[in-house]
Amino acid sequence: MSTASVPLPNWISYGVLPVLNLLVAFFISGLVVWSIGENPFQALKLLIEGALGRGEAIGFTLFYTTSFIFTGLSVAVAFHAGLFNIGSEGQAYVGGLGAALVALALDHYVPWYVTMPFAVIGAALFGAAWAFIPAWLQAKRGSHVVITTIMFNFIAAALMVYLLVNVFIVPGKMAPETRTFLPGGQLPKLDWLMALFGMKLGPAPFNVSFIIALVMCYLVWLLIWRSKLGYEMRTLGISPSAAVYAGIPYSRTVIIAMLISGGLAGMMALNPVMGASARLQVEFVAGAGFVGIAVSLMGRSHPLGIVFAAFLFGILYQGGADLSFEMPNITREMIVVIQGLVILFAGALEYMFRPAVVRIYQTLSGK
Amino acid sequence: MDYFDIFVSILGSTIRLSIPLIFTALAGLFSERAGIVDIGLEGKMLAAAFAAACLAYVSGSAWIGLLGGIGISIGFSMIHGFASITNRGNQIVSGVALNFIAAGLTIVLGQAWFSQGGRTPGLTGDARFSPIILPGADFMRDVPIVGPLYANVISGNNILTYLAFAAVPLSWWILYRTRFGLRLRAVGENPAAVDTAGISVSWLRFRALIVTGILGGFAGAYLAIAQSAAFINNMSAGKGYIALAALIFAKWKPVPVMLACLLFGFLDAVANFMQGKSIPMIGEVPVQIFQALPYVLTCILLAGFIGIAHPPKAGGVPYVKER
Amino acid sequence: MTPHPAIELAGIDKSFGAVHANKNINLTVAKGSIHGIIGENGAGKSTLMSILYGFYQADRGEIRIDGKPITIRDSQTAIASGIGMVHQHFMLVENFTVLENVMLGAEGGQLLAKGVAGARKELKRLEAEYGLDVDPDAIIEELPVGKQQRVEILKALYRGAEILILDEPTGVLTPAEADHLFRILKVLRDQGKTILLITHKLREIMAITDEVSVMRRGEMVATRKTAETTVEELAELMVGRRVLLRVEKGEAQPGKVLLSVKNLTVKDSRGVTMVDDVSFDVREGEILGIAGVAGNGQSELLEAIAGIRKPTSGEILIDGQPVAGLDPARLRELGLAHIPEDRHHMGLVLKFEEYENSVLGYHRDPRYGRGALLDLDAIRKDAEEKIAKYDIRPPNPRLKTANFSGGNQQKIVVAREIERDPKMLIIGQPTRGVDIGAIEFIHRRIVEMRDAQKAVLLVSVELDEIRSLSDRIIVMFAGKVVGEATPDAGEQALGMMMAGAV
Repeated sequence: MSTASVPLPNWISYGVLPVLNLLVAFFISGLVVWSIGENPFQALKLLIEGALGRGEAIGFTLFYTTSFIFTGLSVAVAFHAGLFNIGSEGQAYVGGLGAALVALALDHYVPWYVTMPFAVIGAALFGAAWAFIPAWLQAKRGSHVVITTIMFNFIAAALMVYLLVNVFIVPGKMAPETRTFLPGGQLPKLDWLMALFGMKLGPAPFNVSFIIALVMCYLVWLLIWRSKLGYEMRTLGISPSAAVYAGIPYSRTVIIAMLISGGLAGMMALNPVMGASARLQVEFVAGAGFVGIAVSLMGRSHPLGIVFAAFLFGILYQGGADLSFEMPNITREMIVVIQGLVILFAGALEYMFRPAVVRIYQTLSGK
Repeated sequence: MDYFDIFVSILGSTIRLSIPLIFTALAGLFSERAGIVDIGLEGKMLAAAFAAACLAYVSGSAWIGLLGGIGISIGFSMIHGFASITNRGNQIVSGVALNFIAAGLTIVLGQAWFSQGGRTPGLTGDARFSPIILPGADFMRDVPIVGPLYANVISGNNILTYLAFAAVPLSWWILYRTRFGLRLRAVGENPAAVDTAGISVSWLRFRALIVTGILGGFAGAYLAIAQSAAFINNMSAGKGYIALAALIFAKWKPVPVMLACLLFGFLDAVANFMQGKSIPMIGEVPVQIFQALPYVLTCILLAGFIGIAHPPKAGGVPYVKER
Repeated sequence: MTPHPAIELAGIDKSFGAVHANKNINLTVAKGSIHGIIGENGAGKSTLMSILYGFYQADRGEIRIDGKPITIRDSQTAIASGIGMVHQHFMLVENFTVLENVMLGAEGGQLLAKGVAGARKELKRLEAEYGLDVDPDAIIEELPVGKQQRVEILKALYRGAEILILDEPTGVLTPAEADHLFRILKVLRDQGKTILLITHKLREIMAITDEVSVMRRGEMVATRKTAETTVEELAELMVGRRVLLRVEKGEAQPGKVLLSVKNLTVKDSRGVTMVDDVSFDVREGEILGIAGVAGNGQSELLEAIAGIRKPTSGEILIDGQPVAGLDPARLRELGLAHIPEDRHHMGLVLKFEEYENSVLGYHRDPRYGRGALLDLDAIRKDAEEKIAKYDIRPPNPRLKTANFSGGNQQKIVVAREIERDPKMLIIGQPTRGVDIGAIEFIHRRIVEMRDAQKAVLLVSVELDEIRSLSDRIIVMFAGKVVGEATPDAGEQALGMMMAGAV
């Protein structure tokens, strides 16, 4: 009998197998480090110190974590509806436009906490709008959302550069970016939160969007596992034929799922644009949309898993930056390698070890 | 510069910019026609560019560099095959993963080996493919119209350029005139038909991926050791995705693939040329329009507004043998 | 010395897990004959043919071709041994030409150019010899189904097949196309080919076979010379004298018409007519059974009534109100409950926990949560009640549905649909893959629904089930209603209607 049909207990399917996949991904990353003549364990130690050693380091780690939570959630929501949204990167980029427009419009007049809700809505709306066309094309014209969202990433890049160079640029300045937002258009740092743990944030841009991200985790959890819409999305994602049987409308569900996914990606922009640089800059997303794919796969598309995975990637990004100072041989791009390996082993090869694990399980349990 | 000179100059750079697209899109053609969706073209190109630059630098031979590029690109293809054919994993996830691995690994290894911020050392002489002056180019140069076209567009390219254009009819010939091609096209449409005809679906698809690897190697080598004289960080710069768009735009057919790549190369050349220039009557056209146009056109095509693109039917679906 | 038989199977045995698909099968097929294999769905015909064509390996037994014992490891060996197969679902590359399809796998060299001329010539010769007229350069998807099938036959002949297996070949054909096929098969036989025809249609067996073997429940129960047997005998052999599952039920008290189907026609995605001008009424307080061998349009009929498939023409009325074209959600609101044929792909989401499936399709009901959110406590409580009432085991609403047995999975679906207290219930294959205990339980529930004055439409390929549950029976064949009967009608009479022999 084929091993594919043997049921495994949840703690193996959702515990042992994913951990095994991750360990292999990290093991190979270690091999890469070793192959360029560095000690992987030493590198790991430096990386963790660099990410968690001081308050400032933790602040940076959590800053990255925040971005990755948003994009991870974005990928996960689409994934639950059976859609692979590779467009979080572009949706986040355009979301930045929404956030920036709100900040530019309001920062003269109101304090940040008044701006914030509008900025959240603005970022989400713009991100969702950017996801709408691929969603509509998938739902109504059958164009594959993977391809169209890739295309829309590039279109977003062109559009944003155009807008920043030709529309938003501050006259007389060279840098293609908007003017700096006043405090009314900025999201304040979370120094007080760090202080609670007796740590100093320093210049790290860890800011209020982290809390928004956690709220979104809760809302996504509520959406996916507690709402009627989420139930319909999951049904469609797992079994399109059962969705038809249950009378779940395909087009509507696909489009709504993609709008939510795009909205979450758009909100990612709050963190770098309003929380860190206080202006809209070219390429501010910096690959966070793609990290979202790894985060979502690793976090098994569950908000809790996503928070952990995002934190792990936050550590990698911050620690990796530090590591590259200490060990100049290991550049920051090592993180990208690890990210790729995580996607490969937690995603494409997720069942590679299953047959072996099934055999071991059967032997041990005496079946 | 008069308009004819501009025309010749844009045409020349159109050719140069199209070559990596042609190789890569043909690479994608073989894998997708065999039913394996390949988002990882970008990564193959990048990894191959890096390997080609490294080996050309070490050996001093562009040809060894090219072989290295092909080798690494085949390696990436095989990982894709192992994930998506052997383990029946998600082909898109696998392709995305390989793109990241290539993007990261090239810089990590480049920095570790050469300490030039991820670049590889510059190549000179035989370590790169240099332009070939076709017979009579100098003599022809002064002939009106035909002369500059011959001397500046047709002549003066490196060997890989000519190979790219040769690869188009060759691909067509392989796909439509050989047994391998017939089976490859069949397996992308209906693997069960191939299986019941007594042909191994997996082995056939792996062979298709090897061809994809070879072509991807050429694309990378062109970037690093023909067009440029070194590997530069992220030098593929999204060309793999443009090639993917061209492949879709060409509806998965070899000659249209070449035309689509030339079109997208032309848009790129125009974008470069137009930087900061204005057109009479219209004014300055933002270069971003030309940059976005390939993607916009492809989306419009995908939406079925200009003809319908039928992808190979079995694309993206792992083959599970069942009765 | 008489020539060896074309095929000899001796003691072929094959199990899939707990399912014993082929039990000690012996079969001898004479060279140059058309040999029919008949049996109900699930009798094991397809498994046997798959073993012969190298898809499966027999657990035990021997295969002799032309008197020589061989091991058929894969399709390649089968082809090399002169066995060709025409699958029920054609194995053709749709955007290829006829010639390309015929050549695939037998190209005659690395370059097509070498083989093409020869292949074209050979194809022409085969076409002329066997009356298989197809344009070699036609694209498959532009050909009618009957011609596509001829391409399949040509493929086999081109590979030098001496033995041709046809699996339910007329399922997709119009009667005229089927007649044409039979003429071709006769020509093939007269030229010395051996033909194995798998079918469940008695008419075909009587029309063209020389010999016929009957399979029932994995066993080969009889082989007869066609000339020496009758439709009645075969029907009986096929269906067997089974102990009728008795379901205790009183007289039906039919009331007014609740569900009415008028001149309904349904085409599938390929444009083939699956339901052809079907009309019937179901009254409250009665069970109308639709008998028929699988693939005769019952599935499409059910799906059209349930709103899953759009009818091409005709009317569906619920309580006199036209509902054709409404979506399943709307139909549920109108009181139509649906126990689908395929619980794995439709009735359940196997990766869901049990309680999640207990509301599939009804999840928007206010009793499972007001507003946008689901009230999980209410759903779980509801699920627990159903689990208790229907004795679903293990009684754990948090268990993944895939981990329940077939019978318990089906009970989850039945509980969900019946406990809604619908006005009418349409049911497809209520007990497929379900153990005996659960069968009785489900049957009782269905009768209770009738007694509660609900309208029940039951589709099943199990004739016993139809006979023991229904108050009235209609028989479908080739998309049409071919007859109506009462449950006490003889099995034979029904069997003949089901086989299109009447």
